[in-house]
Amino acid sequence: MKTYRSYCMVCAGTACVSNRSFHIKEALEREIEKQGLQDEIAVVTTGCNGFCAVGPLVVVHPEGIFYQQLREEDIPYVVEEHFLKGRPVKRLMYSPPGEQTPIPKMNDIGFFKQQRLIALRNRGLIDPERIDEYIARDGYFGLAKALKMKPREIIQEIKDSGLRGRGGAGFLTGLKWELTRKAKSNGGKFVLCNADEGDPGAFMDRSIVEADPHSVIEGLIIGAYAIGANQGYIYIRNEYPLALKRLIIALEQARNYGLLGKDILGSGFDFDIKIVRGAGAFVCGEETALMASVEGRLGEPRPRPPFPTEHGIWSKPTNNNNVETWANVPSIIRRGAQWYSQIGTETSKGTKVFSLVGKINNTGLVEVPMGITLREIIYDIGGGIPHEKAFKAVQTGGPSGGCIPAELLDLPVDYESLSEAGSMMGSGGMVVLDEDTCMVDIARYFLSFTQDESCGKCTPCREGTKMMLHLLKKITEGKGTEEDLETLEQLAHEVKETSLCGLGKTAPNPVLTTLRYFRDEYEAHIKEKRCPAHVCRQLNTYRIDPDACTACGLCRKECPEDAISGGKKQPHLIDQQKCVKCGICFDVCKFEAVCID
Amino acid sequence: MLREGAGKAKITVHMGTCGIAAGARDIMVAFLDEIEKKDAKDVIITTSGCAGLCSREPMATVELAGQAPVKYVDLTPEKARTIFTDHVLKGKIVMEYALALGSERTF
Repeated sequence: MKTYRSYCMVCAGTACVSNRSFHIKEALEREIEKQGLQDEIAVVTTGCNGFCAVGPLVVVHPEGIFYQQLREEDIPYVVEEHFLKGRPVKRLMYSPPGEQTPIPKMNDIGFFKQQRLIALRNRGLIDPERIDEYIARDGYFGLAKALKMKPREIIQEIKDSGLRGRGGAGFLTGLKWELTRKAKSNGGKFVLCNADEGDPGAFMDRSIVEADPHSVIEGLIIGAYAIGANQGYIYIRNEYPLALKRLIIALEQARNYGLLGKDILGSGFDFDIKIVRGAGAFVCGEETALMASVEGRLGEPRPRPPFPTEHGIWSKPTNNNNVETWANVPSIIRRGAQWYSQIGTETSKGTKVFSLVGKINNTGLVEVPMGITLREIIYDIGGGIPHEKAFKAVQTGGPSGGCIPAELLDLPVDYESLSEAGSMMGSGGMVVLDEDTCMVDIARYFLSFTQDESCGKCTPCREGTKMMLHLLKKITEGKGTEEDLETLEQLAHEVKETSLCGLGKTAPNPVLTTLRYFRDEYEAHIKEKRCPAHVCRQLNTYRIDPDACTACGLCRKECPEDAISGGKKQPHLIDQQKCVKCGICFDVCKFEAVCID
Repeated sequence: MLREGAGKAKITVHMGTCGIAAGARDIMVAFLDEIEKKDAKDVIITTSGCAGLCSREPMATVELAGQAPVKYVDLTPEKARTIFTDHVLKGKIVMEYALALGSERTF
């Protein structure tokens, strides 16, 4: 099926036809051809739209712009302005009666304006529990096309598209497929979907599976056909109950439609998918640990090589890709590598889904073309930082990634730029930090996560992260020395270089990037015994401002150490000898009279 | 796009995890209750996944036949009832609760 950039739906219900809508259609076709847009814009006639009063009418998709009471002489202007220059003609648009200003279009809203959806193309549009709705939006057309192609051609198409692994490492997907295809096997091959998303603050894969499970399934079937696998696995964590439920329903529906099972669409190709539930161990997102878990063994990584493409599940060649990677495949096959490779940058093609969280106004899930800057994501899409606080850093790639400071806000988002900055693309978590965040504390937080999730198989990760965490705790408690800082940095490099799997190899990244960009904060903790963001409570000195204190007595009542004295109408006072720096007085004071020095 | 039935209007309640956590089920219940009470047989009600803007959940999209869809944000069951009466039944968009008109751009 040919696809167009825009569709002009000309109403050809009886009422509109009597309002000369066929003339409108002819005029549209004439003008579109005149501007050379006939391959980009399709003119379609539809049945009655039901709003005959303002006919003849034309609805333009995908924007959903509703033109009404069109005359033939309007058409050249509409085609030139809207289709050629991309400026919808406001005066011909429908605005509901009795309203002063028409409500904005989705594309006028900053959050949606710069987003481009491929992996999330069906989000919010279809009922994920109904396969027919997926099919109605060109679902499984990619599969139908793929089954008529030779496996080699499909792999070439994916290679040409430039698609790279969306799990974060960015390996060329087509190349991985080719390696798995070429690998010798004495009993089958497997395709695997890694849906064991575990980064704190990341929910891209969860949302894709919840909103559009068939896109992942279709991608897997295409991949399996290209690679020569007859069995697929989706490894998904059991903590995603809704995603799991929708996936189970989707698989069942696909089987009922003959899209899974024997002889798919009469092609002679057999394939089915099993769901494997993960118990939520972070290390199981690492592919060798994940495959051990699929086999029912303890989720621990093993050294690579041999790589899974040769030696995967049950020692058979296995192609593992992330949810988002699989979800991109159907569109690439359906619309071609050339279309896909036009989007993005030289080395990073297509779009990337990010979950935007932390100190940001528009928390949510965004899909943007590669190469967009961090500033555009945070300010134009994310709506900036709440309460007019200053932006401090953005943490990309979760506990495996790093913190990128304000001076690099204009960094384009692609695999290479983020790596150069010491962070990584990662699976797509983006945590925004404001001026109230202590960077040492953030490093401590992420390290405590990875330390906790370390499986313990290799020494650098098991012992190294523990020692690093110990040093970070010392620093945040004001007990750190300059020597500790050196040890921390040295340890970080060693854990990074010598750990067995990706978990240990990337765990030091939050420490290394904060040391690189925010060393002054570490030094303030060590040399001046001060936390610039007032987060590390052990370093804070609490004091009551006598001018602001209303002597309400609340802090005195709440203080667990009875360190606060003061009577009625008398400004209160904190006894620094007794104070344990718990910060309760600061939290309860309604008059901002408790200050931190 | 209304693809099924002889529906005059379609209401989509966004029920990803974020929506459900923010109370989308109550919104769904309110719409279903209104449909029953007003005996509105030609209104299709359906669910969909996260619409992306998780901080403004619960969200719902109302689409009258032949018109651009309207996205509503920060819903409560009361707001849902108002939207049902004014927009779904009478065709008047509830500007106060509406975020935007139309759909997102896909490649």
